[in-house]
Amino acid sequence: MYSLFIKEIRSFLSSPIAYMVIGVFLLVTSLFIWVFPDYSVLEFNFANLDPLFVMAPWIFLFLIPAVTMRSFAEERKSGTIELLLTRPLTDWQIVGAKYLAGLSLVLLSLLPTLLYAITIFRLADPIGNVDTGAMMGSYMGLFCLASSFVSIGLFSSSLTDNQIVSFVTAVFLSFFFYAAFDSLSLMSLPQQVLLVLEYLGIAQHYEGMSQGVIDSRDLLYFVSLNAFFLTLTRYVLQNRYR
Amino acid sequence: MSVRIESLTKTYGVQNAIDHIGFTIGQGEVVGLLGPNGAGKSTTMKILTCFMPQTSGEAEVCSFNTRTNPLEVRKRVGYLPENNPLYGDMYVKEYLMHVAGMYRLTQPEARVKKMVELTGLGPEQHKRIEQLSKGYRQRVGLAQALVHDPEVLILDEPTSGLDPNQLVEIRNLIREIGQQKTVILSTHIMQEVEALCPRIIIINKGKIVADGNRESLQRGRKGHEVIEVELDGSLDTGLIRAITSVLRVEVLPGNRYKIEATAGEGLRKSLFDLAVNQNRTILSLNVQQSSLEDVFRQLTQS
Repeated sequence: MYSLFIKEIRSFLSSPIAYMVIGVFLLVTSLFIWVFPDYSVLEFNFANLDPLFVMAPWIFLFLIPAVTMRSFAEERKSGTIELLLTRPLTDWQIVGAKYLAGLSLVLLSLLPTLLYAITIFRLADPIGNVDTGAMMGSYMGLFCLASSFVSIGLFSSSLTDNQIVSFVTAVFLSFFFYAAFDSLSLMSLPQQVLLVLEYLGIAQHYEGMSQGVIDSRDLLYFVSLNAFFLTLTRYVLQNRYR
Repeated sequence: MSVRIESLTKTYGVQNAIDHIGFTIGQGEVVGLLGPNGAGKSTTMKILTCFMPQTSGEAEVCSFNTRTNPLEVRKRVGYLPENNPLYGDMYVKEYLMHVAGMYRLTQPEARVKKMVELTGLGPEQHKRIEQLSKGYRQRVGLAQALVHDPEVLILDEPTSGLDPNQLVEIRNLIREIGQQKTVILSTHIMQEVEALCPRIIIINKGKIVADGNRESLQRGRKGHEVIEVELDGSLDTGLIRAITSVLRVEVLPGNRYKIEATAGEGLRKSLFDLAVNQNRTILSLNVQQSSLEDVFRQLTQS
């Protein structure tokens, strides 16, 4: 499993996709944080990273599917899936290795944004006068959100041998879980239904964590969402390719 | 027993890809799985490698059941799928190290080095796989199937699409490997089977139609004799057909005739007499063994 994980990371890093994804992510977030006057920290004079945490989900919504679209679709197209599935690995190990590789890439793209955090920390007046708790919570929330997108992306990739189809499916599903549930909960429906809809959406839990409140219910939500899509992926792997 | 299959069936929809087939293969045997396209060769191999579950029946590799103990089976099987799928963007050595890692070999570097030597990949080992010629890719395919020193090697059409030189090289390689391991290889090239496999299993429409060594399969058609005769002038085929044992006469270019007859000593003598009567001289006369190709066609045509 370790060997497969390393191979996945290497194939990310040896293709331009990873660099493009990380580069675009950093470029867009830094534009929003520092340059665009409508969002810029420098204009608003609030020492926080809110522009990052508001924009990042929307950027991840497109970038993570671009990273994960290959994972199973390409193996299937080139036939290497047949070799992969006849190695002495369980299906969980295969799904797990690919999932962890995707997560690592997400971490890699989040890591440089710590520089922004440090800058904000230094810019604050007096120095260090920032809501560290909220920032750490936001980072955790963002990571949870990104990991959900990774598992959704893996699942979408397992459905098809066409990377474009995989990408579009992943963007749609991610969007649906991120924003659509939240928006649906504005419809005029019975209160209980609305609560369930809202609970199912990623947005509510993400915002909860962004305020620096690490609620076990939010964590449980993200763990279940990830587990749900990874289980589906494994199910497809077991039944569709064979 | 290295491989044991019993009453194995795989159904796609309503079609039986393989239908209650069974055989056992002993350790160190080299077996050719023969059959027309779509006969069920690949399906059988995919079940043996635990890629696909069977619909019913049992398959065992080294006494491990493919259904209940797939991981143990996979550890002991080296597999080269049809069309030899590889990661084109990886380097040869990197790829082999990756495969070695998945089998958790204790000394992957030494093992990979050995495989590179064995398959003659030395000069190409630092290239990307996509830059390799088809022959070298096939070697990479064989190397990845062998890297964990499997007890059973399953090769699905290992020589398809190679040029004659590469063909010979890959065959030699397989022959070398076959001296120590159990090998199952599928093909529809007769010469390949004749060159490599002492034992042949012919599958047609999901059923085993023949299983035995080359000689016994050919003997199955005994009672027939094919003689090719060359004369210094033409001869009326009617006269040849008049010989009692003759079943069929085929006229070949250059005053040559291919004559199929029921076996017996009489034919050659009768032909000789006929030639003398007609003032012809026999330049050459060959008794042909009924080829494996004939056996194959007879068994798989319906």
